[in-house]
Amino acid sequence: MTIVYDDPEGQAEDVPVRRIKFTVNGRKKIAEVEPRLLLAHLIRRGLGLTGTHVGCDTTNCGACTVLVDGRPVKSCTMLAVQVDGRTVKTVEGLAGASELHPLQEGFKEEHGLQCGFCTPGMMMAATALLEENPDPSEEEVRWALSGNLCRCTGYQNIVKSVLWAAAKLRAEAGEA
Amino acid sequence: MYPSRFRYEAPRSLDEAIGTLRDGGDYAKVLAGGQSLVPMMKLRFASPELVVDINNVPGLDYHRAEPDGTLRIGALCRHYVLERSELLKSTQPTMAAAAPLIADPIVRNRGTLVGSLCHADPQGDWASVVLALGGSVVAQGSRGTRTIPFADFVTGPFQNVLDPDEIAVEAVIPAAQGVRSGGYLKLERRIGDFATAGVAVALETRAGNVIRAGIALTGVGGSTIAATEAAAVLTGHPLTPESIEQAAELAAQAARPRTDHRGSAAYKRHMVRTFALRLLSRDYTPAQEKAERAA
Repeated sequence: MTIVYDDPEGQAEDVPVRRIKFTVNGRKKIAEVEPRLLLAHLIRRGLGLTGTHVGCDTTNCGACTVLVDGRPVKSCTMLAVQVDGRTVKTVEGLAGASELHPLQEGFKEEHGLQCGFCTPGMMMAATALLEENPDPSEEEVRWALSGNLCRCTGYQNIVKSVLWAAAKLRAEAGEA
Repeated sequence: MYPSRFRYEAPRSLDEAIGTLRDGGDYAKVLAGGQSLVPMMKLRFASPELVVDINNVPGLDYHRAEPDGTLRIGALCRHYVLERSELLKSTQPTMAAAAPLIADPIVRNRGTLVGSLCHADPQGDWASVVLALGGSVVAQGSRGTRTIPFADFVTGPFQNVLDPDEIAVEAVIPAAQGVRSGGYLKLERRIGDFATAGVAVALETRAGNVIRAGIALTGVGGSTIAATEAAAVLTGHPLTPESIEQAAELAAQAARPRTDHRGSAAYKRHMVRTFALRLLSRDYTPAQEKAERAA
């Protein structure tokens, strides 16, 4: 994995690069990163996991949301070095080898996306919600997704998609 | 957007963190939740030479009540923990009301109360809450530990009294002398935006009399505003419709709002009055009124 840094003043030896170890979607990784590299860019450029989107780049929109140690964070607002020793899950970590995650199915069934830019962040925020609360009310879904902006759907179908996934996950848990 | 280049240290103990700050040059910043610091660094409003990340320092993520009721909140206690805290719901109505209104749910997973206090943004919600409750900040540095009343902690927008080698290790809310009530109301254009206006009310009542009152205002001036005159008219007697009305008016007068994209100065002042009225009216019950008339 290679990340190329600017070195306009020819002072490469002064660039404080650090080695970090972390887990992404169940796989162990090692990276050498400059401390100012943002987690979003480690994920997109370093790991090539471009499902994580950078939207506003100002901690508002939530498109870059990933799970760090199971909790959703805005990856544009966390330094890559901070995931040293931690576990990251991105939208690519949702689906199994051959089947979609119930949340992905829900977004498909309930038409939870139009342009799709916000969708990975929505799904990661919803993943954490359903872990914490498997049977959320509509209000609780709206509350949990209130840090994620969508400019297409008006949110109606996103909420329906998450409720669809919650019902499917509960049904699966009941069968197990 | 990238921050400018900085040196990064992630110490494993407070002593190590303080030592790193002491030796670390002129411009160091402590990184806890990073939900204000990292955006500021990306926008180059802050360009620290050294970032001391305290996230690997164990034992700072607590919030707990001492036997006497004093509440202590550690430097790594994140907003989402306070939002879900049964302790706050049962003993700290003003804090419990504010916790779910901080930023948005994802930011709350990272951001910390103590970090928010240190950031000293006039639009910070926790600052009003802690000011209304008469709280303080405990700072630890190479010369020892000191407790700083929050009213003296912030010296200006984004400025606090911490020495370069000091870390704010916890916030302290004093034990209640009476029954606590109060709350926090915030007007925001959408979730995650800064407050157009916010009001924190913290009351303590004993035998029907208000024995302590704190009112603080968010986002309506160059700093968090303690509406001390408004609080003073409530103290020493039961809440009455008249004292509530008077306090709300004094709170509105204490506001120093400016017209901006969030609203006009007059509108913000009006909202302060409305929020103060609503919060105080909640604590006013007809039963109290009846008892008062009988007396």
